[in-house]
Amino acid sequence: MALVVTPEAPVVPLPEAPGGAPRRRRPRGLRGLTPYVLMVPALAALALALGYPLVRQVALSFQDFGLEQQFGAPAEQVGLDNYRALLADSYLWTLVFRTVAFCLVNAGLTLVIGLAIALLLRSMSRSVRLMVQSALLLAWAMPVISAVTVWEWLFDSQYGVVNWLLTRLGGDYQGHSWLIDPLSFFLVATLVVVWMSVPFVAFTLHAALLGVADDVVEAAEVDGAGAWQRLRHVLLPGIRPVLLVVALLQIVWDLRVFTQIYKLQGAGGVTRETNLLGTYIYRSGISEGEFGTAATAAIFMLALTVVLTAPYVVRMLREERES
Amino acid sequence: MSATTTSRPLGRDGSATGRATATKRRSKRGGKPGSTSGGAASRGSRSSRVASNVVGLGLVVLFVFPVYWMISTSFRPRRDINGPEPVWHPFGGTLDNYRRIFEDGRFLDSMRISLTVTVATVAIAIVFAFLAAVALSRFRFRGRTSFVVALLVVQMVPAEGLFISQYKMLDGAGFTNTVGGLTLLYVAAVLPFTIWVLRGFVNGLPAELEEAAMIDGCSRLGAFFRITFPLLAPGLVATGVFAFIQSWNEFTLALVTMTSDEKKTLPVWLTTFSDVNRGTDWGAIMAGSTLIAIPVIIFFMIVQGRMVAGLTSGAVKG
Repeated sequence: MALVVTPEAPVVPLPEAPGGAPRRRRPRGLRGLTPYVLMVPALAALALALGYPLVRQVALSFQDFGLEQQFGAPAEQVGLDNYRALLADSYLWTLVFRTVAFCLVNAGLTLVIGLAIALLLRSMSRSVRLMVQSALLLAWAMPVISAVTVWEWLFDSQYGVVNWLLTRLGGDYQGHSWLIDPLSFFLVATLVVVWMSVPFVAFTLHAALLGVADDVVEAAEVDGAGAWQRLRHVLLPGIRPVLLVVALLQIVWDLRVFTQIYKLQGAGGVTRETNLLGTYIYRSGISEGEFGTAATAAIFMLALTVVLTAPYVVRMLREERES
Repeated sequence: MSATTTSRPLGRDGSATGRATATKRRSKRGGKPGSTSGGAASRGSRSSRVASNVVGLGLVVLFVFPVYWMISTSFRPRRDINGPEPVWHPFGGTLDNYRRIFEDGRFLDSMRISLTVTVATVAIAIVFAFLAAVALSRFRFRGRTSFVVALLVVQMVPAEGLFISQYKMLDGAGFTNTVGGLTLLYVAAVLPFTIWVLRGFVNGLPAELEEAAMIDGCSRLGAFFRITFPLLAPGLVATGVFAFIQSWNEFTLALVTMTSDEKKTLPVWLTTFSDVNRGTDWGAIMAGSTLIAIPVIIFFMIVQGRMVAGLTSGAVKG
């Protein structure tokens, strides 16, 4: 039907945006209401499940809300006490530092490795490229929980393949536990996170690189630009917008790493030494019932997200205005 | 301008996926050996190609092995798993590990809960997101831009920063350990992204088609459902699969709100199960892990091209 009708369409001068079209049968008041009605279900769900808890969390962060309150005692308004206590608590600063460091290291590694793979994909032969792409896709498709569990098994102290391999190569890794020492705990966590995140970055950047015109790259080459110079002055500027978005998404995602840490802690990490902000909020709030403290720490987490993503949001805002 | 490459699959041409297009274009270029003679010196040089291929094969091992090892272990008898040397091949396996999983009892309970929550989330999120996407794409109204920006901001909000008060809200209303409570949180969690992607799909369909149908006597609603809706099917499938994967995999909110033993979702069940059996029964743990991963891997393959495109195109180009 559409095929028959389309050719006629241009004959009639039609407005670009149907919403603003003057030719309407129904009364204007009803017309204007339609988009709002359509938005109601989504808005209601978001307001109920995200908006209300957010407001409540801010209120909670000003209250002394512990276990007694959980069982009915009235919560005392304590003003900024929770914030003051947390700010004075050196452990919180350790956590903030650890969380940001973990996030930046993981996001950085993911980006560098992802970019390297994207560039490598260009110079592989077709069959190998297809194999690499399928392998990346498989890793990308793994659910977080399955991925962590497998890596836990690979790093198992008794029967894990990693210890077996390292012992084979001449190290003394028989029965070595990777999760007890915080540093090697985070090494394993980083491996899991990077392994899971690299495919997305590699695919996206590879697609973006294909958009950089071949002649430009070749022209640079004819002009005597080496591989490094071509990358720095031609390829990277060409994929800058995509690179920027990927970097910011990666930062947001790595800031909220929870599952991997929680699961590895259960497998033998020392909780206090390996907590990130997310797991700390969970443990102080849900496990210990200190909701006031947990809510305050959660506000910190939100603030951290806002600070790290503000540039991204500002950029999006500008583009949305322009379009 | 490179952004256009990634955003293409969201356009009119619903069939082409980012990766397929990309591969096609590459191969076309590779198929003309003479044309790149200028660049042959470095990019095409044999030794660098061999080197990239070798690194590439290394990458294949690195990314496939953990997945392979999960599946392979899940079929090995215990004496192989706990033996001094790893058994690399999957042959001569056993189904005992899977049998133990199903005998655990909790697995089937958790599967039922996971399935219910996931299906409910997908159904509700699709309908809500569809309505909102139509409003955002087909109407100009006050507050439209602010809502689009709000969607972006909400996508950035980490679940880890809100789950305390989400838990308290559900707890206060008696909705912890209920499928309904968790579904509500999941719907809100996937809505921003699903609306975003669907809006891209609706934008990609020319409004002129509807206008034309209306001139032919269709009502506005009729035009939408007869013309635009069928063309949107691929978009609805893609967003549905996305919502499915998200809620099937979700861990944090399920851990926080489903505290009772009989009410766990599969990922939380696997954590408890492996905490109990770690070190003694890796076979069963890997079997459970495999069972959780398989539906996701299948669905992922269905939408793979769009995942790349969807995640960035929405972000790069509105």
